[in-house]
Amino acid sequence: MSTVEQSFVSQGEDKRRRRWHILVFLLPALLVYTAVMILPLVETLRLSLFNVRDNQSVFVGLDNFQVLFGDPRWAASFWNALRNNFVFFVIHMLVQNPIGVALAALLSVPKLRFGAFYRTAMFLPTLLSFVIVGFIWKLILSPIWGVSPFLLDLVGLKSLFSPWLGKPGSALIAVSLISVWQYVGIPMMLIYAAMLNIPDEVLEAAECDGVTGWSQFWKIKLPLILPSIGIISILTFVGNFNAFDLVYTVQGALAGPDGATDILGTLLYRTFFGFQLQIGDKSMGATIATVMFLIILSGVCLYLFAIQRRMRRYQF
Amino acid sequence: MAKPTASPVRTGIVHLALIIYTLIALFPVFLTVINSFKDRASIFRDPLGLPTPSTFSLIGYQTVLGQGDFVLYFQNSFIVTGVSIFFVLLFGAMAAFALSEYRFRGNTLMGLYLALGIMIPIRLGTVAILQGMVAAGLVNTLTALILVYTAQGLPLAVFILTEFMQTVSDDLKNAGRIDGLSEYSIFFRLVLPLVRPAMATVAVFTMIPIWNDLWFPLILAPSDATKTVTLGSQVFIGQFVTNWNAVLAALTLAIVPVLVLYLIFSRQLIRGITSGAVK
Repeated sequence: MSTVEQSFVSQGEDKRRRRWHILVFLLPALLVYTAVMILPLVETLRLSLFNVRDNQSVFVGLDNFQVLFGDPRWAASFWNALRNNFVFFVIHMLVQNPIGVALAALLSVPKLRFGAFYRTAMFLPTLLSFVIVGFIWKLILSPIWGVSPFLLDLVGLKSLFSPWLGKPGSALIAVSLISVWQYVGIPMMLIYAAMLNIPDEVLEAAECDGVTGWSQFWKIKLPLILPSIGIISILTFVGNFNAFDLVYTVQGALAGPDGATDILGTLLYRTFFGFQLQIGDKSMGATIATVMFLIILSGVCLYLFAIQRRMRRYQF
Repeated sequence: MAKPTASPVRTGIVHLALIIYTLIALFPVFLTVINSFKDRASIFRDPLGLPTPSTFSLIGYQTVLGQGDFVLYFQNSFIVTGVSIFFVLLFGAMAAFALSEYRFRGNTLMGLYLALGIMIPIRLGTVAILQGMVAAGLVNTLTALILVYTAQGLPLAVFILTEFMQTVSDDLKNAGRIDGLSEYSIFFRLVLPLVRPAMATVAVFTMIPIWNDLWFPLILAPSDATKTVTLGSQVFIGQFVTNWNAVLAALTLAIVPVLVLYLIFSRQLIRGITSGAVK
């Protein structure tokens, strides 16, 4: 009886007795997470304030950032990568997320047959590795193989074909669209889930009032899935400013042609690790990582404090 | 009761749009797989044709299996992914249990601290991670990758599992306590079996980025003995870039395990996403 009382009532009293369990349960996760993730992150931020002078690591304040933003050797490639990264992000927001929402809206049509098949098939590219996706598209878009000119020919647009991945003007758009192809499944699924959660009564009420089809989507469903659109936007933002793999597999570490597809991830890789004639530079690598960290952090904060708070959550 | 809006024309248009996008999603994979079974001439002459007895060839697969160490790469990927998932689930469930079951000072703060990693990618700490792995002598070992992936997977695992463990009935746990079970037995024997569906969801979410990662194998374990299949196929394709049979065969071999796992787990995965586990 006394044990029952204890566990039911006096949580304060046996806190002391239980303390060790809590520690044992928490410790492994805390240790690994802190040692391998948090400390290196902090150390990287710290390293960005140091540089090597006369073979010694000295504190240089914000000098590294000044070099990155202003020194002619660094600034051009940094601003280029940052601009490309923004274009990369904007294309995802304008193409990937609307397609995802549209597919989700189609999938949530009531009594749709083969719905599970469509979902499974359309989500498949998301699971493939960048290596597979990158090379498949490289082959398909290759002028040597002739698959894409042939397909364009079928719809009478063969004259439009050009080696998109090889031209500085179109390479970034082509790579972004490949990435969109791969990741459209994520917004699709999250929005689909949000649409399933809209109660039938709301939709039936709308139908009674004569709000159907398109206007039902714009006036009823879209406002209700806005929180999910907020979530996919921030996921896209974090993913895009952290991207590296796809550009690396499609265009190589130099992110050609002529740096046209260079984004912050590939710049970080080349700077930190070195590539061909360039020697790896730990301090500048840490500096670029810090800039990426600050960009992602400000995006996440903006989302958490400005966007998510203003969005009304509908509870049914 | 049929809804008044479900006219056959509208349903037809919906299906048409979905079929078109399904084709866009599947076509590149299909194209790769069929061409990996053809000889070189017909890959170029008729890229869209299915392999026929006269064009069928396994030369690409022979090159891949003869030249690359793909068996070893697969083994490395399986070890890294499997061990990481094991630790993510074990440590993640333990921490989630502590956070959801006990009230203690700093509980909320601890939850927030562990959730930081959901949004901030571990990749940004690479400079110091490499430095640490060099100091610990773990460069070019699978242990380095397992450590990194365990840390990477923990935040989301703790987050999802905490939510699920809050739904396990208190009466059950208290009944266990009355029967004299220790807190450890309550966790391992009562709670863990009940959150198995959530664990499966976490496992699938954790597995995909680990299996597909290129960044950490490239930086922490690029040696021949520790290459994962993702890095291995990247390097192999880079070397054989003009041997189209070999490239297509290597791509197909890299797709197959993902495809098989997906077909097995797709229900779990899609249910996990649509039940709101990642919100």
